[in-house]
Amino acid sequence: MKARVSLTVNGEVHEVLVPVHKTLLEVLREDLGLTGTKHGCELGECGTCTVLVDGEPVLACLALPVELEGRSIVTVEGLAEGGRLHPLQQAFVELGAAQCGYCTPGMLLTARALLEENPVPTREQIRQALAGNLCRCTGYTKILDAVELAALRLAAAGRGARP
Amino acid sequence: MKPPGFSVIGKPLPKVDAWGKVTGETRYADDMVLPRMAYGKLLRSPHPHARIRRIDTARAAALPGVYGVITGRDLPPVKFGILPVSQDEEALCTEKVRMVGDAVAAVAAVDEETAERACGLIDVEYEPLPALMSIEESLAHPEVRIHEYGDGPNVHKVVALQFGDVEAALARADLVREDVFFFEGSTHLPMEQHAAVAHWGPDGKLTLWSSTQTPHYVHRLLAKILDVPAARIRVIAAPVGGGFGGKLDPFAHEIAACKLSQVTGRPVKIALTREEVFYVHRGRHPVLMWIKTGFTRDGGITGCHLRTWLDGGAYGSYGVASTFYTGVINPVSYKIPVYRFEGARVFTNKPPCGPKRGHGTPQPRFALECQIDKAAEQLGLDPVEMRRRLVPEPFTRTANHLTITTIGLKECIDRVADASGWRRKWRGWRKVRTGDGPGRRGIGFACSAYMTGAGTAIYWNSMPHSGVVIRADRSGGVTVQCGATDIGQGSDSILAYLPAEILGLEPADVHVHAADTSLTPVDLGSYSSRVTLMCGMAAIQAAERLKAAIAKAVAQKLECGPGELVFRDRKVGAPGDWEKAVTFAQAVELAESMHGVLAFPGSYAPPRRAGKYKGGGVGPSPCYSYSACVVDLTVDEETGAVTLHDVWVAHDVGRALNPLLVEGQVEGSIYMGIGEALMEAQVFRKGLHRTPSMLDYKSPTTLETPEIHTILVETDDPEGPFGAKEAGQGPLLPVIPAIANAIYDAVGVRVDEVPITPEKILRGLELARQGKAARVGPERVPLFRFKEPIVVESAFGQPADAVVVRPFQS
Amino acid sequence: MMRLPPFTFLAPRTLADATRALAEHGREAMPVAGGTDLYPNMKRRQFEPAVLVGLGGIRELRGVGGSAREGLRIGATTTLTAVARHPEIAAGYPALATAAGLVSSPQLRNMGTLGGNVCVDTRCNYYNQSFAWRKAIGFCMKRDGDACLVAPGSPRCWAVSSSDTAPVLWSLGARVRLVGPSGERTIPISELYRDDGIEYLTRRPDEILAEILLPPAGGWRSAYLKLRRRGSFDFPVLGVAVALRVEGDVVREARIVLGAVASRPREATAAADALTGQRLVPEVIARVADLAAGPAKPLDNTDYAHFYRKKMTRVFVARALRRLGGLDGDGRAVEEIA
Repeated sequence: MKARVSLTVNGEVHEVLVPVHKTLLEVLREDLGLTGTKHGCELGECGTCTVLVDGEPVLACLALPVELEGRSIVTVEGLAEGGRLHPLQQAFVELGAAQCGYCTPGMLLTARALLEENPVPTREQIRQALAGNLCRCTGYTKILDAVELAALRLAAAGRGARP
Repeated sequence: MKPPGFSVIGKPLPKVDAWGKVTGETRYADDMVLPRMAYGKLLRSPHPHARIRRIDTARAAALPGVYGVITGRDLPPVKFGILPVSQDEEALCTEKVRMVGDAVAAVAAVDEETAERACGLIDVEYEPLPALMSIEESLAHPEVRIHEYGDGPNVHKVVALQFGDVEAALARADLVREDVFFFEGSTHLPMEQHAAVAHWGPDGKLTLWSSTQTPHYVHRLLAKILDVPAARIRVIAAPVGGGFGGKLDPFAHEIAACKLSQVTGRPVKIALTREEVFYVHRGRHPVLMWIKTGFTRDGGITGCHLRTWLDGGAYGSYGVASTFYTGVINPVSYKIPVYRFEGARVFTNKPPCGPKRGHGTPQPRFALECQIDKAAEQLGLDPVEMRRRLVPEPFTRTANHLTITTIGLKECIDRVADASGWRRKWRGWRKVRTGDGPGRRGIGFACSAYMTGAGTAIYWNSMPHSGVVIRADRSGGVTVQCGATDIGQGSDSILAYLPAEILGLEPADVHVHAADTSLTPVDLGSYSSRVTLMCGMAAIQAAERLKAAIAKAVAQKLECGPGELVFRDRKVGAPGDWEKAVTFAQAVELAESMHGVLAFPGSYAPPRRAGKYKGGGVGPSPCYSYSACVVDLTVDEETGAVTLHDVWVAHDVGRALNPLLVEGQVEGSIYMGIGEALMEAQVFRKGLHRTPSMLDYKSPTTLETPEIHTILVETDDPEGPFGAKEAGQGPLLPVIPAIANAIYDAVGVRVDEVPITPEKILRGLELARQGKAARVGPERVPLFRFKEPIVVESAFGQPADAVVVRPFQS
Repeated sequence: MMRLPPFTFLAPRTLADATRALAEHGREAMPVAGGTDLYPNMKRRQFEPAVLVGLGGIRELRGVGGSAREGLRIGATTTLTAVARHPEIAAGYPALATAAGLVSSPQLRNMGTLGGNVCVDTRCNYYNQSFAWRKAIGFCMKRDGDACLVAPGSPRCWAVSSSDTAPVLWSLGARVRLVGPSGERTIPISELYRDDGIEYLTRRPDEILAEILLPPAGGWRSAYLKLRRRGSFDFPVLGVAVALRVEGDVVREARIVLGAVASRPREATAAADALTGQRLVPEVIARVADLAAGPAKPLDNTDYAHFYRKKMTRVFVARALRRLGGLDGDGRAVEEIA
């Protein structure tokens, strides 16, 4: 069964004709060419494929596009605004929070949702928010540091997590 | 920390590939799509051990959408393996499968779903054979042979080495301890599942993009496996989404993708599922260890005798090296005047083990550090002070003829003790910990050493281990080409930083092209913590040659001596007359006018220091890194649960070329050590992997990972680039025993076996309540006769060679 | 990449349409809300429904109504995140907020629903494996085979009830409203579960769990403690839900329900009886905890050794009672990650 689906990804509307059993992960990567969304298990067990749907972190590997019409989907490709990196991206670059980089898109999006909701999180709150994103390289240390730094900068600039 | 005079070295700069990684632009192997590309799948064995009677692919080939189906019969009849001495693998098994997950056939189709459906239509008739799932079973059943080669029935490799008279040394000791330890196997679990794209063109040329840590070895082996001239093969390492040693062998999916591309006339991608990654494995060997060490009253070591039994799994992989590594590195950290080591690697019907971060050394390090802790208690010594006194002298040799250059272990010990508040927190031995509620706080300590690159290549040769070509461009930029493979550790960045430092440029002026066998000189691969040192030294040599050529031309223009010129701020000039300095771009034009194209090679091979005995090639390294670790934790006496509070590691990295990257390596190492110490286990049941998923194989989340404190110690090693040593593996080693020792400090239970689970801690507490020894761990070792050891004089304490052969230095 | 098997997806806008669709397609069809349980299982070919009836578009299934004072209604497709954060739930039924907040990971709580967690498929580490893995071991009776691999010779399936919220809802005296094509029924949640790893629900295939109904919260205290290896992702391998109605310092009513130790939540009635009329003093707690561990019958088919899970039952029940008795902590619902 194929369905024509209209998906709003990073503010752009895409009309796709896809089998309904293709997950958002597959459609993003294989039909829209947005390979920034990675995958580590496709079973909801690692958090690598996290994207934002209406601002909330969800797993693209377990989401059906047919249920996402009219919702706003944000992937890592939609984090930067024009040529300007999101403060989280900038902090990840500066602090070395991306090693192999494979968990990075999911981490960034999850962290962005956290800062939208809680602009000045404690380290423990960051840990809780990122508890659904596995990383094997960093020991999470520089990731936590980078989220803290981005939060500080956003707070200093007096704005929420949107750049 | 940063000595004056460096403009790039020592600065916490971003990695050169960081921007691509935060924007999603980095294209990993599975992100690649080529026109007309087909998707491949492997059919894998459901049996741990079986003879293949028949494979019928007709139904699969007939399925609409299937482009090609191959079996091992379609490949040249050669066996391969990463080590020349262990050529025991087939990409697609033809006669026998030796583990669940062995590949037997491969399909290329219009999409992955069709390929998978086609795999289900391949009929394979197996004749099951008895499965040997443990060291004990394999040794007990010599009549069931997993392989027909090796040092005995189901014994892949036996090593026996003796350096000096260990028996006499033990007889002299005030205290002799014999302990048995077990270290469970674990897997790398990179976030990226292995993937490969192959394109075998009509011109007969083959290109393979793969998430591999070693494009060079894959290149060499593909030529052999596919029986194609290596000159027609190009291997490109895609950015690797985590390796840790798990992407260091040539794999069935890479080979099948190549062959299917040839057969179908299309590019073919094969991306593994997470479950398949567990079968590919090559991870930490389960190792059973017996260690007997003599101690003097004041905590000195008189001698040590170590025996290890490795559960190798179904194939050789790097196993011969792994076997040596369980024995040869321990003497690098402490004064051990005489030493005997015997090791045996046993085949079992499980996914093959191989090189995981620390390759073969975390297991004996766990044994040694826990044993030293026990000895310290018996001797009434502070475990920190005891180890401090054991630190060897710099520029000396170990009993087993390894050359120690600089050694910052004492400083590591002092600084980690200070930072962690050890002297305040450690309350002596056998102090009963009490308090409100069931939580018992404990603190533990351990040290380690690791090599900075293997001194010998996997195949014997006299060529460089790492090569760099640097080319200056009239734009004022330089291009660095090197076979080194960035697996997240930052080797591409090192290749930008070092030439930038030497040439007075910024890293952004340097364009790095790496890990492409057509474009880049060979680098052997990202293993044994060799890359920063080896590609760094090659890059320095190439950059210095370029610098000399440019200096000659600029000197002519400025009418000064080339030696007077300095390169900084993207200019070249004499410091006394800096107004006349020319821009780097102008300098390049001058030099290109004088010399022609400015392209210079740099080559590096380690100093020739291999011990003059059989087996002496494993263990030597240009220099060794050192680490010391303190762990602060709480054990819940009612549940056995361990909560980590803080982990401190001080690490002698020689020099931190970029402290951010070094800290990242230390932090990641600590993380992986925590996982192995407390929860990770690659275990089997009824012939199958028990937990082949991200959910069931337990990898620590943010919530299990404590605050990590990294202290970098710099010793400026003469062997390393700007004095640098490794950082990517060594810091994992002390974490595991430090956790075990802290648990003992907290609740008085010795768990001589990892992972240290709540069940084991509770069992220990129960034993204590029954008045028995509160120790949980293996009780016995296999009945196994090692061969007579190769007996060599101990080289302990001898000065390092004054003269060493340093290839390619001039 | 693990992919879903093909299916037809129906997206009814009303409950009536949904139940009609389920009835029409019979055994071929399954309802799906968050998909966090069903889709992984489908990718492993534990289920291959030809038709999925998506409940996400049915407005009447979502949201929280009523009050803790008069009783609360929680729509079945309310996300676990919403349940965990709902102020009325946190205040009146803290153990439910705790349990919902401990399910899997933050992302899965944003997707997964309370109804989905209540109906979550029973789990077993011989069953929650890929098709190829299950084929290699010879399949089990829960799917594609006829034997139980954890208890060979057993005539029944021993897959484990793995819901965090079910034992809590049971302890709180919740009822569930099931709507079918020919009417609806409201039953105590304890009657939703059967002691069988395969047929673990009394929900008929064409019925939809529409609502979870909580009685007035007045006078009740509740706690939920969860045992698992990691603080995220992992299913419970033991859950202890305790709800007490206390007058002065005397326990007037008590319910202790254990999760993840059998194919359905198990109520420790003897333990609860021993608590009734007593004060929460250490001797009582110790006796009750011993009694509560009785009904825990874990087998070796989850993470952690089964003897350990049994042993922890006693510890966790005691801890829950101590917290509720204010013997340590502040008496609020607590999480415990051992």
